[in-house]
Amino acid sequence: MTQASSHQSSAAQMNAVARDSLVDTRIVLAYFSVSLTFMLIAMLAGLLFSLQFLQIYPFAGIEFFSPGRWRFIHTAGVAFGFIANAFLGALHWSVPRLTLKPVLDKRLSWFIFFAWQAIVLASVVGFLIGHAQAVEWGETPVWVDPVALLGLILVGINFLSPILKAPGPMYVTLWYFIAAFVWTVLVYAMGNFLPEYAVGGAASGALIGLYIHDLVGLFVTPIGWGLMYYFVPIILKKPIWSHGLSLVGFWGLAFFYPLNGIHHFLYSPIPMFLQYGAVISTIAVEFVVATVIINFFGTIRHKGDMLRTNLPIRWFYIGMVFYFTTCLQCAFQVTLTFQKIIHFSDWVVGHSHLVMFGVFGFWILGMITYLMPRLLGASGWYRPSWNAWHFWLSGIGLLVMFFDLTVAGLVQGFAWRGLALWEESVIASSPFWLLRMITGVAIIVGQLLFICNIVMTAIHKRTVEPTAEPSGTPAHGAAATT
Amino acid sequence: MFESKSGVFLIAGIGFFSLSFLVMGVLPWTMYLDQPELTVEEIAEQGILHEFVDLAERFPKQFEEQYPGGVTTASFAEALELGHKIYVGEACWHCHSQQVRPVSNEDLRWGPVSHAREYQNVLQRPVLFGTRRVGPDLAREGARRSNDWHVAHFFKPTIVAPTSVMPEYPWFYDEDGYPNKRGFAIITYVQWLGSWLVEYPYYQGEGPAGPTTDDAINQRRAGTQTKKKETDF
Repeated sequence: MTQASSHQSSAAQMNAVARDSLVDTRIVLAYFSVSLTFMLIAMLAGLLFSLQFLQIYPFAGIEFFSPGRWRFIHTAGVAFGFIANAFLGALHWSVPRLTLKPVLDKRLSWFIFFAWQAIVLASVVGFLIGHAQAVEWGETPVWVDPVALLGLILVGINFLSPILKAPGPMYVTLWYFIAAFVWTVLVYAMGNFLPEYAVGGAASGALIGLYIHDLVGLFVTPIGWGLMYYFVPIILKKPIWSHGLSLVGFWGLAFFYPLNGIHHFLYSPIPMFLQYGAVISTIAVEFVVATVIINFFGTIRHKGDMLRTNLPIRWFYIGMVFYFTTCLQCAFQVTLTFQKIIHFSDWVVGHSHLVMFGVFGFWILGMITYLMPRLLGASGWYRPSWNAWHFWLSGIGLLVMFFDLTVAGLVQGFAWRGLALWEESVIASSPFWLLRMITGVAIIVGQLLFICNIVMTAIHKRTVEPTAEPSGTPAHGAAATT
Repeated sequence: MFESKSGVFLIAGIGFFSLSFLVMGVLPWTMYLDQPELTVEEIAEQGILHEFVDLAERFPKQFEEQYPGGVTTASFAEALELGHKIYVGEACWHCHSQQVRPVSNEDLRWGPVSHAREYQNVLQRPVLFGTRRVGPDLAREGARRSNDWHVAHFFKPTIVAPTSVMPEYPWFYDEDGYPNKRGFAIITYVQWLGSWLVEYPYYQGEGPAGPTTDDAINQRRAGTQTKKKETDF
């Protein structure tokens, strides 16, 4: 060992000791690992479900492989297995660094970690034995709901403790996190308990609409944006462009987003004036989103070259482009005119894939790309080119899937309106469903490459070549060749 | 206020959420308080479904095994409740809506537009408006097709609808291929949907069951096209 490298490694050790007292990197690694595992399971469940549409379901007639039950695993797995776990990991990384204080209790952190995995696994078992609840995205069985709510409260307490103890004005990220901890608990309680135990009929539809929308808007979105406000300036090494726009973005989201719920059930028996109200607030959200996007593109100004050279930044910004696209699309599809055709069609499925994977999934994968070598103690990636393949397979796969499902939705909507026989709309959809399945395979291959790369980096962490970026992200070499 | 912990916690976190909950949740809730929510027993007391009796007559031995008291209000209520549980647990509601909208010629295809009153019963708790129509809307499905059709269809949908992408449900049947308790329940539940309307069943086009051969589809298509009336679209 040369003198220089031994000096480097002892510095790294000291760094690790200082970090350990603040950030528990092992729990971040643990959360990211289970997150990627659930991502793969949820994606395979989606792929399995898509085979049913092609009449080639491999496990037909087996009760525990019923496609409907695996569809629950696809959506709940993405929300609570993939996204929630990755967010918890990223919160464990960012909150202590932002507040310079550790979380309330590290034993509590680990308790929450294992409890949350038990909750997700119990939900999966519940789905497979037919115990789902008829709330979209709240299908978690009723006997899991109280435990999950308790878990969310503990998460809030664990992270709010360092935030409330930290002195002085708060950075933007922490506004989003504080609000998200409050919202997630309230939203979960509202959506999972009220429509089940207190109110039925059309009024429960209004509450379910709120729940579906708030789960995206008040849990996933604020934590996702909070993490963007944290990671983007750090990687770009420059501050956020406009503090004023950050304020507009946060408070606009906080006010308008919760008022959107009923737009999921337009033309339903829910009172029409409330449907109009939801449509108007949804369009208002689009203007708020525009301010946030402008703020982030103002931030990357003069450093645009990093979109080419820095993979995490590319994941983040392509996610923001998709975010703007979905929100712009939303401002149109939420109108009553669009709803006549696209409601109940594959258009909506394309929209939800663009949001959940194209935005938040991409942000998470970018964060994991950025943090994983540090968490593993490696100086770089085993094969940076595999990460580039991961990006392009995911990005192109998702984009083709989105356009495919959008067009399929229009074909279905017009076939239904034109009173074509139902069979004809199914036959017309089948080529789109085939292409959707193929894009799903492309996305899954990309994720497998990424997971293999993580495993190989962990195995060969002492021998991997340091990459140009100190963060351990692939430099131009890898990005430019693909 | 806009950057302080208490401002974010109380105004954005609790305040704005409560506002949305009041406006978008509690307000519609109060608007249906005059319409009582029926229990399953109350639904059953309104009259036993013809198709439920028909199932008992068609499969007397199997029906007696599963519902020892035979056709009663109690056994009908039990079948409806179990059928609803299966409909939710098997994710039927992810591919079938239960909501006829007043647009896109839906009243021509499915029947009368859905009203709030139809959802005021515990079998719509939580409400089953649906999210995606991979298969047809089911709000007006009751009695549109025969029990025999449903027995064949749940076992293997492609037997009666070759282009169908619906999964098969052999676990609704016993070893001999007769419906078991779950089979009776889910067929009863589906046949019940829309049975509360004054005029039902509502047939699409002329025939009760969808045509399956290309010739029949073309013939029927010619028929529906001449009948199609101008609509609001």
